[in-house]
Amino acid sequence: MVQQFATGAYLVLFSVSTLVLISLGLAVIFGLMRVINLAHGEFIMLGAYCCVFSVKAGMPLWAAFAVSALAIGVFGVFVERVIIRHLYGRLVDTLLATWGLSLFIVGAVTTFLGPQGQGIATDFGNISVGSLNLSVYNLILSAIALGMLAVTWVLARHTRFGLLIRGTMQNAEIASAMGVSPDRVYMVTFGFGSALAGLAGAVLVPLTGVSPTLGLAFVAKAFITVITGGQLPLIGTATASALFGTIDGILAYVYSSVVGEVGLLIVAVIVLRLLPSGITGRMRSGL
Amino acid sequence: MAQEFASDAALPPRPAWWAFVAISVIVLITLPWFVDISLQLSLSLAFVLSLLALSMSFLWGYVGILSFGQTVFYGLGGYCYALFAMNFGYTGWAMVVALALPALFGLVLGYFMIYGRISDIYLSVITLVVTLIFEKAIRSTSGPEYVVGSVRLNGQNGIPGVPGLQLPGMSEPLSIEGVFYLASMAMVVVYVGLRLLLTTPFGRILVGIRENERRMQLLGYDSRRYKLAAFVLSGAIAGLSGALYAVWGNFVAPEMFNLNQAAQVVIWVIVGGRSTLIGPIVGTGVIQSLTVWLGASGVGQVTLVLGFILMVFVLAFREGLLPTLGAAWRAIVGRSGAMRNARSGHHG
Repeated sequence: MVQQFATGAYLVLFSVSTLVLISLGLAVIFGLMRVINLAHGEFIMLGAYCCVFSVKAGMPLWAAFAVSALAIGVFGVFVERVIIRHLYGRLVDTLLATWGLSLFIVGAVTTFLGPQGQGIATDFGNISVGSLNLSVYNLILSAIALGMLAVTWVLARHTRFGLLIRGTMQNAEIASAMGVSPDRVYMVTFGFGSALAGLAGAVLVPLTGVSPTLGLAFVAKAFITVITGGQLPLIGTATASALFGTIDGILAYVYSSVVGEVGLLIVAVIVLRLLPSGITGRMRSGL
Repeated sequence: MAQEFASDAALPPRPAWWAFVAISVIVLITLPWFVDISLQLSLSLAFVLSLLALSMSFLWGYVGILSFGQTVFYGLGGYCYALFAMNFGYTGWAMVVALALPALFGLVLGYFMIYGRISDIYLSVITLVVTLIFEKAIRSTSGPEYVVGSVRLNGQNGIPGVPGLQLPGMSEPLSIEGVFYLASMAMVVVYVGLRLLLTTPFGRILVGIRENERRMQLLGYDSRRYKLAAFVLSGAIAGLSGALYAVWGNFVAPEMFNLNQAAQVVIWVIVGGRSTLIGPIVGTGVIQSLTVWLGASGVGQVTLVLGFILMVFVLAFREGLLPTLGAAWRAIVGRSGAMRNARSGHHG
């Protein structure tokens, strides 16, 4: 009984962390810029490829994480300059254009790298706590997810740029009148969100491997989490991930991962019926 | 904001439009006498898929609801037809079920989304997520324990051997030519029906909601009821499209629900022109032949090209092919045309 409970708690922790990992980048971009990046899954996939290639080139895993985050962040800035910038204020068109981008990236990666999967091996092993056998890497993943939340919070709360971003998010016109360039703020925000997506892909790749369609495995969950979380990226992602991670973890443990995902969707639809703009929709300030 | 569905569309169609419909019907009826079987098959598929495009553009253009997951109704329609027809053998009734069940699902899903008043963007993403999860669920049913009646769901392999449509009084299922007539006439009927719907009070209320939802509410209309009705209707049209696909190919598979299929519907509508009903039909034809051509000539990834097309159209040709060509034509033909164009641009 205790063992089962502990196993359940461990799976829930893992499931919550994965959700935070895959949705934080999307949530930051959506919360601060009102832009839903439908190519988010592909950003994760590109991050995963980056990590695989870095490791195969002889880098240690930690360095590969950093390289992936940086590379996808730069890629995000590029995408923002070329596509997103022209579509501010046209929500539907941003959705459509990023959808096109998502197809384009999948097609391009398949063309250049082939449809087959790739992966990297890690040898972190397991540790035993009581009668419980825990994978060390899963614990590292949870720590990184928590770290991503913390770093985002510190950046937004305690740096000058975070202040500018929060100001722009609350009122772009007044921020602009105070001499802040919203254009640059959006560019950096999009880059930061993309970097989070790239890091997520890199952290996940030792567990999942990577193929051009890797993004598909995550997008459904990431979108539900962000939409149910609502406009505040940190509180929203944290609460929605906690809620869905618990449901998903338990259902997937008892039944199967598909049942977990269906359960997650049903709960999301019911939550949105009660709170149409998400869990944090009524909150005026915060992160 | 650019005008989607011009305001004069609420008037009864002009004689020229009726002439266009009549000529199209005559062409469609005589076509099988002149073209070979393989072209008939591809045309039938294009007609079936343009129904799917119509179901999306109706919802978007008339009511302003952008549903990215029309494929969920399309897939449901296909699977309903397949399962019912294979279990009971009554393909005519299977067709009815394939319309009713997606409509019912649309009612339930639409109730939660529309009565919850979730914002437009949320609705787009939720519908997309629903279709993705349906795909995953169907894919996971490959085990022998997943059986509906006497038919195995077969997971990602899909269900082969779906019987063709055999209406009462017919001695055998529809031939290839029969399917061609069925698909083309279904498309014409839905197109004409949706166009005429605009002239009815129901259609005009839908357009009113798109233009200014709050004003319609103040006038005493329960906008949610009308939006839900439109959502259900579009679900039924997409279900019809899915069932006809099953009739056409004698096959249903989880790909009917997947992201690429959903993206294609969006691309058909965007490329054809989101502000018309005929645009999506043309867009379906153009993109469908492009896809087939790309696949046959092996130039590379179809998704790469389609993704690029979608980005270019959103960034550069927002109105889509037909309205862009129409505007160019008016600009060339003369000043009066250009002025009318400019006026309608200011409107709304």
